[in-house]
Amino acid sequence: MIGFLLRRLVYTLPIMLGVALVCFALVHLSPGDPLVSILPPDASQELQAQLIELYGFNRSYPEQFASWVWRALHGDLGTSIASGRAVAEEVLRAVGNTLRLAVLATFIGFVMGCLFGFVAGYFQNSWLDKAASLTSVLGVSVPHYWLGMVLVIVFSSILMWLPPGGAGPGGSGDWTWDWEHVKHMILPAVTMSVIPMGIIARTVRALVAEILAQEFIVGLRAKGLTDLGVFQHVVKNAAPTALAVMGLQLGYLLGGSILIETVFSWPGTGFLLNSAIFQRDLPLLQGTILVLAMFFVVLNLVVDVIQTLLDPRIARA
Amino acid sequence: MMQIAVDASKVPAVAFERSPGYWQTVGRRFLKDKVAVGAALVVLLLLVLAVAGSLLAPNDPYASSMLKRLKPIGFAGHLLGTDELGRDMLSRLMVGARLSLFMGITPVICAFVLGSLIGITAGYAGGRVNSVMMRTIDVFYAFPSVLLAIALSGALGAGITNSLISLTIVFIPPIARVAESVTTQIRGRDFVDAARASGANAFTIVRVHVLGNVLGPIFVYATSLIAVSMILASGLSFLGLGVKPPEPEWGLMLNTLRTAIYVQPWVAALPGAMIFITSITFNLLADGLRTAMEIKQ
Repeated sequence: MIGFLLRRLVYTLPIMLGVALVCFALVHLSPGDPLVSILPPDASQELQAQLIELYGFNRSYPEQFASWVWRALHGDLGTSIASGRAVAEEVLRAVGNTLRLAVLATFIGFVMGCLFGFVAGYFQNSWLDKAASLTSVLGVSVPHYWLGMVLVIVFSSILMWLPPGGAGPGGSGDWTWDWEHVKHMILPAVTMSVIPMGIIARTVRALVAEILAQEFIVGLRAKGLTDLGVFQHVVKNAAPTALAVMGLQLGYLLGGSILIETVFSWPGTGFLLNSAIFQRDLPLLQGTILVLAMFFVVLNLVVDVIQTLLDPRIARA
Repeated sequence: MMQIAVDASKVPAVAFERSPGYWQTVGRRFLKDKVAVGAALVVLLLLVLAVAGSLLAPNDPYASSMLKRLKPIGFAGHLLGTDELGRDMLSRLMVGARLSLFMGITPVICAFVLGSLIGITAGYAGGRVNSVMMRTIDVFYAFPSVLLAIALSGALGAGITNSLISLTIVFIPPIARVAESVTTQIRGRDFVDAARASGANAFTIVRVHVLGNVLGPIFVYATSLIAVSMILASGLSFLGLGVKPPEPEWGLMLNTLRTAIYVQPWVAALPGAMIFITSITFNLLADGLRTAMEIKQ
């Protein structure tokens, strides 16, 4: 077990370094002189000198990369051009909002996905299976930014039940757990949950079908176990993979929330990315992407470890 | 001594009828799948729109009219209403098929070529070459696809070419992984060893013995990515990172009509419905292809 953990960690470190390298390269990928794209057109001499110093554009790429990584490790992701605040501070605040949305969406997606998946897997080729499979195909095919718009049309514009956007009344960014704030969360979270729902439903259906076809199920039935008892065994066998898929989906939602956050004006990382792109705020763009990508890498690691803990068959293989 | 009698009547006649080949069987299985055939027909229809949309469109998709802005579905002369500049929605949706499908399918084709090249090379070479190539691929795989697409497009800047480049980079890693894993499987088979023993060089072995066996599975996997690519490509345009106005493209149309959802909600939702239909049919088509090709021995 410890050997497995170490091996997994050793494998993750170069990936992290590579991810950092890609984020670092983003600034240099931008057309033209990296400084020109970072500087606002009316930049003062002082700001220019400060940025040359900060990025070390006068030094070689490896040196620049090393010092950027070193600073990032100490929690310094540079300064946002647009707001003048520390990037780390901006990202941290936005990550909280996105995380809350993504966790709720993953939860809804997991519950619904498991429901559809189990029904479809248990009643294979019945109309229930077909309906559940159709729902999951629709879930993975729908352009979620469009679904968000349609939900706003139905629930905000026509029925006027729920607010069309923002994280709280009056566009306030501070979160508290009251009904007014939760109301703002419902539409974006439901929109976001559709993709994990479809993917988890597909995975669970395949898992359940595979487990039910195994001999030990026949054995369990033969020894007189009730359907509920057999069901418990199926759940136990399907759980590690289903949970792993759920964990990865959380990561995808965190990284992919930009479209939904744009539709609902949700003040999270996606919104931050959007403004970073259109204000050419490259330090903010770089910092946000680095944090989200690192989060995804770490999440992958955690999911792997948990899956191995839950399912001893993996470590032995 | 035992005599082995050969009774001619008991020897089975040599079958002159050829048994159906692999692709023939796949084709027959595919045609039996009603959902897949239906999806294939819709895809065909969309492709016809993409090719001949500008000829079939009832109106000029660029002709705007300040008097006829945001008219509802069923408005006289405009079957699906008009957009925020008074342009005919039906014509724009039809003509928009070309750019939307182009933006969605091209990255998958480019990634199919490049990803297969990388994956087959890595899989066939094995050893250290494989490790170096696949670990590099893993770095890109470590980004959620939407994030990587937006990061690259955001850094490169808006535009059709940059959007195509970003999406191609997003789809290379998954395709390369599939290509590598199927090539590694084929490489260990006896017929590859036999070819090597007979003195064929690596290039010939890959061309003659490997390609035919790996391209099918990679192709099916790539088709399943078209739906994702359509959603992502339109999503980039929706964010303002892809196609620029006034070109008709579904994602961009959805973006410019977003402010109109309180005036003409259903007209504003139309371009998204087109993206949805395209993405479902490509998904169903890919599912059908996969099922048809999974022939159990």
